[in-house]
Amino acid sequence: MNLKIHSTLTTTITASQITPRVRKEKGQFSVKEPIFVTMGDQEVKLFAAWSSSFSKRVEIALKMKGINYKYVAESLSNKSPELLRYNPVHKKVPVVIHNGKPICESLVILEYIDEIWKSGPSILPEDPHARAMARFWVSFIDEKCSPAIKRIYRSQGEEREKAVQDATEHLETLENELRGKKFFGGDEIGLVDLSATFIALWLGVLLELAGVELLTKEKFPRLCEWIDIYLNCSIVKETLPAREDLLDHLRSLRRPAK
Amino acid sequence: MATEVKLFRSWSSRYALRIVWALKLKGVEFEAIFEDLSNKSSLLLQYNPVHKKVPVLVHNGKPVCESLVILEYVDETWNGAHPLLPKDPFAKAEARFWAKFSDDKLMPLIRKATLGNGEEKEEARVLTAENLKHVEELLKGKKFFGGEKIGYVDLAFGWMAYLINVLEEVSGATLIKKEEFPLLSKWMENFYEFPEFKESWPDHDRLITKFKNYG
Repeated sequence: MNLKIHSTLTTTITASQITPRVRKEKGQFSVKEPIFVTMGDQEVKLFAAWSSSFSKRVEIALKMKGINYKYVAESLSNKSPELLRYNPVHKKVPVVIHNGKPICESLVILEYIDEIWKSGPSILPEDPHARAMARFWVSFIDEKCSPAIKRIYRSQGEEREKAVQDATEHLETLENELRGKKFFGGDEIGLVDLSATFIALWLGVLLELAGVELLTKEKFPRLCEWIDIYLNCSIVKETLPAREDLLDHLRSLRRPAK
Repeated sequence: MATEVKLFRSWSSRYALRIVWALKLKGVEFEAIFEDLSNKSSLLLQYNPVHKKVPVLVHNGKPVCESLVILEYVDETWNGAHPLLPKDPFAKAEARFWAKFSDDKLMPLIRKATLGNGEEKEEARVLTAENLKHVEELLKGKKFFGGEKIGYVDLAFGWMAYLINVLEEVSGATLIKKEEFPLLSKWMENFYEFPEFKESWPDHDRLITKFKNYG
């Protein structure tokens, strides 16, 4: 499997560790030998789909850190052989390639990005307990919140009623978590905010298509405020698709009601 | 500074066991609080109001929930002895990937393949075999997923070392044959027989009863 083969080939070191001697000889290295590079020389590729909130998390993070990357647009209904080669286990986006090595799963990618590119804003806090709390909330969003919203969209009748109940409860939990904070990450966008990208845009679109009103300013003032602020951050604004485009796209994918 | 470590667990929780193993490997003394999950303590509900589940690690009065989150917290906090995650960021990313794979992909499949019904069960069996191949591949040239020593991925997959036998017995299905998965079979043996974990295994018969009642 590619994952294992590549992990022994390259070594990443910081610019300060390169001696003048190594720099002079840099041009003589062949492709197969270990290549000593500075952060800026490393090629980053992102395999993503414009309609995938998981892809967008990673794109926003790359931009936040000021990382140059090559965007490879994937069609979810017609995945490229390259993607399938880089992510044979899940066959999904997003995948980030760094120095020819693939990193899969959006949260794993976000942590990787934060560890490699230390300059620029931090995605995770330093303190171990604060990091644990961030990871906890991310897990809550991915395993409880978003699935409940998707269940509302995909179900009807009693099942939908239950899903609405669950989603309301989960959103109330998030509402409480925002108390006294501008972002989930505090004063700045962090891991939890990035993970909540689904809530910022996809949630509203799915609920509109389902004809369900849930996320009102009266019931969820803090969450609605967070959505406004988050969506208006310049990096988020320029990265996310237009709401109308997402709406049209999801509408076109809809299966006819039973 | 006196540190106080408490672990809320149950007799059978595979997730709580991960933390037991991690703390043992790191030589961290802790108090185990066994919860009856049908009658949860007010303390547990106070420490984990969102999920109301075990495990919960309470360190100096501050709770940490969700087993993989706890594992990373333990690794970062007691970072002297027995590192669980590799230092190299790419290797770390791979380790995190496989831990998620265990929980998000493998566990649900194995559950369906043993405790599921009819068509769904058969489909899950085929997919389980396919996915187990990835795990087998990971062990090439290694004793543990972590290399010479038990690491994060071993702890994530640790549930297999004692639960596979139970699930196979309850369902009559064989998921992991020695001939098909020699490395994984050997790993399960090595993990199960790891001296420090000897006392940790939940009672086999009690587990059989528990899973028989799932049907």
